[in-house]
Amino acid sequence: MNDEKALIQVVGLQKYYRGGLIKALDGIHTEIHRGEVVVVIGPSGSGKSTFLRCLNLLEVPTGGNIYFNGVDITDKKTDINVHRQKMGMVFQHFNLFPHMTILKNMTIAPVKVLKKSEAEAKETAMRLLRRVGLEDRADAYPSQLSGGQKQRVAIVRALCMEPEVMLFDEPTSALDPEMVGEVLEVMKQLANENMTMVVVTHEMGFAKEVGSRVIFMADGRLVEEGTPQEIFEQPKSERLQSFLAKVL
Amino acid sequence: MAEWLAEWKARLIYNFIEDDRWRYLTDGLAVTLQITFFAVILGIAIGILVAIIRSTYDKNKDEMRWSIWKVLLYILNFICKVYLTVVRGTPVVVQLMLMYFVIMASTTNKLLVATLAFGINSGAYVAEIFRSGIMSIDAGQFEAGRSLGFNYTRTMWFIIIPQAFKNVLPALANEFIVLLKETSVSGYVAMNDLTKGGDIIRSRTFDALPPLIAVALVYLILVMFFTFLVGRLERRLRNSER
Repeated sequence: MNDEKALIQVVGLQKYYRGGLIKALDGIHTEIHRGEVVVVIGPSGSGKSTFLRCLNLLEVPTGGNIYFNGVDITDKKTDINVHRQKMGMVFQHFNLFPHMTILKNMTIAPVKVLKKSEAEAKETAMRLLRRVGLEDRADAYPSQLSGGQKQRVAIVRALCMEPEVMLFDEPTSALDPEMVGEVLEVMKQLANENMTMVVVTHEMGFAKEVGSRVIFMADGRLVEEGTPQEIFEQPKSERLQSFLAKVL
Repeated sequence: MAEWLAEWKARLIYNFIEDDRWRYLTDGLAVTLQITFFAVILGIAIGILVAIIRSTYDKNKDEMRWSIWKVLLYILNFICKVYLTVVRGTPVVVQLMLMYFVIMASTTNKLLVATLAFGINSGAYVAEIFRSGIMSIDAGQFEAGRSLGFNYTRTMWFIIIPQAFKNVLPALANEFIVLLKETSVSGYVAMNDLTKGGDIIRSRTFDALPPLIAVALVYLILVMFFTFLVGRLERRLRNSER
C-alpha cells in the first residue's frame, strides 16, 4: 500500500435525517493519511460525532463515498465487518461489555472474529493492559472500575484488534475532571507511536498539543481545516473565531 | 381429637393407599413434568427466534435500504405479529383441543401434541419477554460489538442476548411457573397429568378434599422449588458483575 495515498478518503459525505429535513452532514470532503492525528472540533450539533460514526458506518451515510484503503466501504457489496476490524472505535460512554471480565472484553473479538487462539489473545491483552497500568484488574468486571480505567480498557480493547486507525468519539466527555488526564495520556502515547487517529473532542489542549491537523465543523459542514497553529492562532472564518472565543 | 385423627387416617388410606391410588398422582406428576420440560424448551426456542426477528425489525426498519432482505424481514415480522396476536388472544385450552382434535388428529402421541400446543403458546409470551430484554440493552453495546468486527447475528449472540437474558430472568421464571400450572388442562385431551390424576381419585372415592389438596400441594412444592433454583441462578449471574 502506497503510504502517500490517503488511508481514509471522504468524498461528498452526506447524512440526512427525516428525509432531508435535518442535514447532519452536508457534503464533507477530506482525507486522513497514515500516522496523522486528526482532531475534529466544533459546537455541539455540528455533526462531528455523526461524521466520525460514518467513517466506520455505524451511521449509514445518505450520500457520498468513503474509501478505506482504496475500497469504497459505502458500496452495498462491501463487507463492512472486514473493514471494521481494522478501525478501532472508542466511545464517550465506554461501552464495555458488563457481563464479561476486563480480559474477556479484550479477547472475545480477537478470538471470535480474528480466530486467534485464547492463549495468543490473552498474551496480547495482558501486554496492552500492562501498558496502561491495569494488568491487576484483568479479572475484574467493568462495574468495578472507575470511569478513567474503563476508558483506558476501552482503548486497549480496540487495540487488541490491531487496527490501522483509531476513532475516538468524545472519549473524555463522560469522565470526572480528575480522570481526563490519564485517558489523554494513553492517547498521546498512541499518537507518539504513529497510530492514525481521528479524535472528536472538546479538549482544545489535546488538539493543540497532539493534533497534526485540526478540522473545524459547524452546521454539518467542514468550515476550516489546518494545522493546530493555523486553526487556533490564525482562524480565518468568523464561525471559527466566535467558537474559539467561547471555548478558549 | 383421637376420633378426628382416626377418621382422617381412614380417609387418607382410602384415597391414596387402597388400590395403590397414589400412583395416579405420581404417574400424573411424571406426565406434567414431561409436558412442562419439553414445552419450556420449545417455548424458549420459538421465543428467542421471534424476539430477534421483531427487535431486528423495530431497530432497523428506518435505517435499512429497500432490498430483498428488508422485504424478507418485513414478511417475517408480519408472520410473527400474527402468531403473537392469535396465540395470546385465544385460550390455551382451545389451542390444545384444536391441536389434538383437528391439526394433529391422526397422531397417537399425546405427549407430542401437548408439547407442541403448550410450547407454541408459551413461545409467544417468552418472545415478548425476550424482546423487552433486547430492547432494554443500551444501543452502545450493540455499536461496540459491531465496531469490533462482529456481524449482526454474532453481536446479538455474544453481547446482547446474554445481557438481555439476565435482565428478563425474573419475568421468564414467572412465565414458566404459569406454564407449569397451565398444563393442568391437559385432561381436556385425555392426558393423565397430575390434575387429572387427582380428579380420577375423586371420581373413584367420591371424597374430593384429600386428592385435590394433595394435587395443590404438589404444584405448590414444585413452584417453590423452581423459584428457589431461579433465585440462586439470579444471584450467581449478579455476582459476576460486582
